[in-house]
Amino acid sequence: MARTLMKGNEALSEAAIRAGLKAFYGYPITPQNEIPAYMAEHLPLRGGVYLQAESEVAAINMVYGAAGAGVRVMTSSSSPGISLKQEGISYIAAGQLPCVIVNVVRNGPGLGGIQPAQGDYFQAVKGGGHGDYRLIVLAPGNVQEMADLTTLAFDLADKWRNPVMVLSDGILGQMMEPVEFAENGEPKQFDKPWATTGAVNRKPNVVNTLDIIADKAEKNMQALLAKYEKIKEEEVRWQEVGTEDADVILVGYGTSGRVARSAMEMARKEGLKVGLFRPITLWPFPEERLCELAKPERQFIAVEMSAGQMIEDVRLAVNGISPVYLSNRLGGMVPTPEDVLAKTREILEGRVN
Amino acid sequence: MQTVFQKPEALTDVAMHYCPGCTHGIIHRLVAEAIDSLGIREQAIGIASVGCSVFAYDYFNCDMQQAAHGRAPAVATGVKRVRPENIVFTYQGDGDLASIGMAEIVHAAARSENITVIFVNNAIYGMTSGQMAPTTLLGQKTATSPRGRTVEEMGYPIKMCELLATLEGPAYLSRVSTHDSRHVLQAGRAIKKAFEVQQQKKGFAMVEVLSTCSVNWGMTPVNALQWMEENMVPYYPLGVYRDVTAKEGN
Amino acid sequence: MPRGEVIVNSELCKECSLCVAACPHGVLGIGKAINSKGYHSVEAVAPEKCTGCTLCAVMCPDVVLTIKRRSPERK
Repeated sequence: MARTLMKGNEALSEAAIRAGLKAFYGYPITPQNEIPAYMAEHLPLRGGVYLQAESEVAAINMVYGAAGAGVRVMTSSSSPGISLKQEGISYIAAGQLPCVIVNVVRNGPGLGGIQPAQGDYFQAVKGGGHGDYRLIVLAPGNVQEMADLTTLAFDLADKWRNPVMVLSDGILGQMMEPVEFAENGEPKQFDKPWATTGAVNRKPNVVNTLDIIADKAEKNMQALLAKYEKIKEEEVRWQEVGTEDADVILVGYGTSGRVARSAMEMARKEGLKVGLFRPITLWPFPEERLCELAKPERQFIAVEMSAGQMIEDVRLAVNGISPVYLSNRLGGMVPTPEDVLAKTREILEGRVN
Repeated sequence: MQTVFQKPEALTDVAMHYCPGCTHGIIHRLVAEAIDSLGIREQAIGIASVGCSVFAYDYFNCDMQQAAHGRAPAVATGVKRVRPENIVFTYQGDGDLASIGMAEIVHAAARSENITVIFVNNAIYGMTSGQMAPTTLLGQKTATSPRGRTVEEMGYPIKMCELLATLEGPAYLSRVSTHDSRHVLQAGRAIKKAFEVQQQKKGFAMVEVLSTCSVNWGMTPVNALQWMEENMVPYYPLGVYRDVTAKEGN
Repeated sequence: MPRGEVIVNSELCKECSLCVAACPHGVLGIGKAINSKGYHSVEAVAPEKCTGCTLCAVMCPDVVLTIKRRSPERK
């Protein structure tokens, strides 16, 4: 297929349908409304089910049901709505059900606003709901990745029997860029012998998250944690530009990763040795690679549209070897490359302690 | 001699955890008998809820999903929409369905989701040790209404069949009781009907089954049946509140 | 020869007595033996009176009872 100009939210939706999506359960909230609208328009005509639920709570539980029944299913929302989904996400993680959840992040807390932000980072990468669990979290940085990482999200969800979150924001959702969809035919198929499809010639399957016998529950938790360890080994993804000789490495994902890249390019033109490190998987976080890059004479700047969230993971990764600074904006304000470059200069000139 | 009564195939061999005399066991068996008599065990996907019937997935001999508190109708919707040829049912208590899950049940009914809902109303939260439920009767003493439920403090008990009957969506709504064998047999017929309605793709079907909780009511199982007949049945009148198949004359 | 027979799976019985109350002919009673859960299981104290009507089993919450009958099935 030729390159076409699409909004990020639409590219994501189209990729999901091409990935064999069978059901989308949604609820209106800005700035993700293009996704359910696209689904309502196209999914029923292409073999799937679109349903507007009565709430985000209901929508995520519909996702639980359909995922448990063995089909590819997704929901999308934005920050306050994602908070409402946390109960269901915890159950989905505990039940080891594959599904894709899109968060087009807006500024918060509370009702907040409808401007792009990254304040849901902790919620996305540390679990978000109750209990010990992890989502696989993918952070697209452009419209092409909104599509590609959505395709990947479905494959990872099925491969690992785990919920996968695509963490986007209002800018990535609304911006238009050229996008190309791969022509490699049918989506990947995964066997789901555990799914509730009707107990024909087999024992009944049960999708369950209740675990009240403590020693058994501990064993089940250990099995879940072992799965997370394997995901950490196999699925870490990131992008690096100009890190080899860098005195300062800018770390940013999604929209802030784009800003960081522009700042890096401006810095290089000035002859400053600045690199970019862009995590693509936020969980698992590319901590090993960041640790390799850390050295005492090298400094890091976390570029965020949040109050200093990802910076904690960067600090954990570099483990005190390198200093880590924050360059951020809040409340739906987007940092400019000039802001980040100014911070970089301050650090290089030793004006920041 | 021929066997005229035995455990239905749609129940597993697992011994149920319910307290002695708890009518949940009767209602489980009625659901299983309905599934057997319609020959739909291999198509059935049940959704267990949270409360005393949380372990229903151990007892029904068919595919099961265990849902979060109150969300069973949403989970059932998710399943049924992608597997319309399966028979999907929820099994929910009064706290689950009429309190925390009120939005989910009302909207599933309004959409006329083609699912079967078994709603067990015993006027109390059993699993959490006897708190006031949305269906607790006026004057009824519970752990959280120790001087009896009053209108001033807690308002009125909710009548789910009557409430859902205000909607266009439901295809079948019926309230039955388990206080004696005649009523249990009636309840069995209503439950079977609620599955047939789904088979015929008529839409949302719910059977509200009045049930006892002798331990939390503080009486013997036999006395609990009598209390239910004398107190619950008058407030929650038995009968059919909606039956679209009757309108069509079949 | 009685018309019906009640077969008791004593291990499942919880001594609730709903079957005893349901039986119109006084066939059932709570026995002296204790099962592994610690309950006195129900037993047929007057088996000769059983008609195989199944009302006891209909009221049993734990599927303790299996019923046999000599006359043709009337289920």
